[in-house]
Amino acid sequence: MHVPDGFLDAPTSVATGVIAAGGIALALRGARRELDDRTAPMAGLVATFVFAAQMVNFPVGAGTSGHLMGGALAAVLVGPWTGVLCVSVVLGVQALLMADGGITALGTNVVLLGITGVVVGWLVFRGVAMVLPKRPASIAPAAAIGALVSVPVASLVFTALFAIGGTVPVSVSAVATAMVGWHTLIGIGEAVVTGIAVGAVVAVRPDLVYGARRVLPTRELEIRPAGPVSRGAAA
Amino acid sequence: MSAPTQEPRQRSRPSGRVVWVVGLVVTLLVAAVVSYFASAHPDGLEFVAESTGFLDASEDSATSSSPLSDYQTEGVENSWLSGATAGVVGCLVVLLVMTGIALAVRRRQR
Repeated sequence: MHVPDGFLDAPTSVATGVIAAGGIALALRGARRELDDRTAPMAGLVATFVFAAQMVNFPVGAGTSGHLMGGALAAVLVGPWTGVLCVSVVLGVQALLMADGGITALGTNVVLLGITGVVVGWLVFRGVAMVLPKRPASIAPAAAIGALVSVPVASLVFTALFAIGGTVPVSVSAVATAMVGWHTLIGIGEAVVTGIAVGAVVAVRPDLVYGARRVLPTRELEIRPAGPVSRGAAA
Repeated sequence: MSAPTQEPRQRSRPSGRVVWVVGLVVTLLVAAVVSYFASAHPDGLEFVAESTGFLDASEDSATSSSPLSDYQTEGVENSWLSGATAGVVGCLVVLLVMTGIALAVRRRQR
């Protein structure tokens, strides 16, 4: 869903640029709580995976295609604040080096993929994870559902921006219907890729998955009653 | 591409370093090999822009003359190698930038 230059007028592009800059500034502060010596290299890897996966467009029928946005994936693996930074770095490199997504549209793309995709993906993930059993096996399905929802929501945000500052007078309801329809299908692909990637990391090292922290046994120092205690993996 | 380092087969969980290396190898394979088989159809937004009539408003990016524009490497004839080179270079730039940012903002461990 990389918006090229020219779809949105200058005031709207400036406004999304300001929102994107504010979002990234907040994320830089928030990511401090998510990143340490152990997780910082994972954040670099997750951003790189999102970049690579975005090169792989999958067909969604009738002559159209879609690719991963990666917001839910990054949020669940390395945390939502860090996820915003990961997707924003990907979008910046794509716009500057690959001419994928416009330069004046970079703020718009950060708002759509970097902020909307990550925030919606993370909130839906958290909501689903709360109702599923508190087990590591629940993390990948919850992430997949977050991914599924994040894509059509981002397409609706694009439609709203187009309604405000679109450069062509086109029926907004026609754009909304087509955008949500196609991006729900693309969301299924997003869910599959996100579910597989998160499931793979949860299977080998659940402790490296930010979104799995609440379902893993805590290893805080506390006094426990004597007796057989189920033991987590050795550190 | 060099093979992943020869890790001793442990029964316990792989170290973070092994997970990172395997993840990077998978990522580079996606960028260099799987991407070659990507669908060439327009993406959802482009398709909708075409069908509802605002695709013509799109303008070429100011960076469209970049040597890696459109995930093809300028001067490389072979279409697979051209795309793979652009993909791997892009991956390495993203890896360096994001790792740098993450290391800069992380909590320092004392």
